[in-house]
Amino acid sequence: MIPSAFDYAAPNTVAEALSLLALAGDSGKLLAGGQSLIPVMKLRLADPQMVIDLGRVEGLAGVREDGDALLIGAMTPHHQVATDPLVAAYVPLLAKAAATVADPQVRHRGTFGGALVHADPAGDLPAPVLAAEATFILAGPGGERRVAAADFFQGYFTTAIAEDEILTHVRVPKYTGWGAHYEKFTRVAQQWSIVAVAAMVRVEGGTIAEARIGLTNMASTPVRATAVEQALAGAPLTRDAIAAASSHAAEGTDPASDLNGDAAYRRHLAEVLTRRAVVTAAGL
Amino acid sequence: MASSKTITVEVDNVSYTDDVEPRLLLVQYLRERLGKTGTLIGCDTSNCGACTVHLDGVSVKSCTMFAVQADGHRVTTIEGLARDGKLAPLQRAFHQCHALQCGFCTPGMIMQSASLLEENPHPSEQEIRDGLEGNLCRCTGYQNIVAAVRAVAEGTVSSDSDETETAGVA
Repeated sequence: MIPSAFDYAAPNTVAEALSLLALAGDSGKLLAGGQSLIPVMKLRLADPQMVIDLGRVEGLAGVREDGDALLIGAMTPHHQVATDPLVAAYVPLLAKAAATVADPQVRHRGTFGGALVHADPAGDLPAPVLAAEATFILAGPGGERRVAAADFFQGYFTTAIAEDEILTHVRVPKYTGWGAHYEKFTRVAQQWSIVAVAAMVRVEGGTIAEARIGLTNMASTPVRATAVEQALAGAPLTRDAIAAASSHAAEGTDPASDLNGDAAYRRHLAEVLTRRAVVTAAGL
Repeated sequence: MASSKTITVEVDNVSYTDDVEPRLLLVQYLRERLGKTGTLIGCDTSNCGACTVHLDGVSVKSCTMFAVQADGHRVTTIEGLARDGKLAPLQRAFHQCHALQCGFCTPGMIMQSASLLEENPHPSEQEIRDGLEGNLCRCTGYQNIVAAVRAVAEGTVSSDSDETETAGVA
C-alpha cells in the first residue's frame, strides 16, 4: 500500500518545526515515530500534503529529572520509557504500560508523545498518564503552554492540542512509595487493549492510603475510576476490600460495543481488571 | 507533485545515496532500489514482522517507515548478517533446528531474534516468545523457532563447515 504523495521536511529545532507547521496549515501533519500515522496514510485515511518529521529535532527524546517530577520528551520511544531507570524508579506505571504497547519493533520506533497525541481510546499510555496526573507541555507560536492530563483528552482521537502546536514534553510527578501495575486484557498478542486498567497504590501499614486508577478503552477518552479511588482510600489492605472497591470501576464510564465485546462485557472486565491491577500494585 | 529528497543510507555496511519520493517506504527502497529482496513484504500493515530490519542496531518494521526517515542512519538486513561467507549463529541455528517451513517469515524472525538477543542475551522461553510477538509464522507453530533462539543463547549451535555453502543463498 502506497500513501498519497506528500512534501517532506525534517526540521532540527522546535521553532523551525512550528513555522513549517504554521505554513502548512490544515494540510500539514507532524510525524513522530509513525507507527500510527504511517499505517493510516497507507490506507489513505489520511493524506497530508506536508509531513513534518520531528525525528531530527534536538532535545525531544529522553527522560530527565525536573525537581519533583520527570520530564519525558515527546519523541522518547516506548522501548526507552519501558527500560529507563528514572521511569522505573519514580513512575513504574508508565514503564509497565509502555512495555505492553504493540510489539518490540513498534516499541523501538513508536514514541511516547506520538501515542498520547494520537489519543486512541484503546491506546495504552493515556490512562496511565491520566492516573499519574501528568502535565502536557505544548509549544506554539505564542510560546509554551501547559495542559493537565485531565483536560488534555477530549474525545476519540481528539486532544486539547491546537493545530499550530507541538507537544514537546510530558511532566510526570515523581511517585515515591507507591506500587503500580498496568493490567491489560487482549485476546491475542500485539492487539489493542479491549480494556486495561492503570493502578497506583500507596500503602501505609495495613491500610491503602491513596489510589489512582485510570481506565483504558472504557470511553472515548481515558477515564479516572474516581469511585474506586474513594472506596480504596483508607480501606484495609485485603483482597475483599479491594474487590468491593473494584465493583465501582464501571461507574461513570461509557464503553463502546464492537466485535471484541459489547459495553456490558467491557464494564465487567473493568471491575475484574481493576481488582487484579490494584491487588498487584498493592503487592498482595 | 511532491518533490523528491536525496538520502544517504548505510545498508549492510555499504553507503548509498539516492533520490527518493518521500512516500517511498523503507522496505520498497531496500527491495526495489537496492535489490535487497531478502527483506520480505508480508502483511504490509505492521502486523507480521516479515519486513523486520535493524535501524541503528534495533529492530523496526520497514513497511512502517519512510526511506527518508532512514537518511543518515544505518540499516542492517538479513543479507548483512553473514560474515565472510559464513552464516551468523542465528542463521545456522534456524537451519539446524529446522526453524522454518515455507521460509517467508524467516528473515524477519531472524532479524527480530538478533535484536532480542542484543537486548537480552539469555532470555527465558517466555521472554523469547514475548520478544517474537510482532512476528507471525503460519507454518511452524513457533516451537522450533524458539528452540533456535535458545540454541544461540545457550551457545549450542554447531559451526560445521557444511554451512558455508548456504551463505550464498541466504
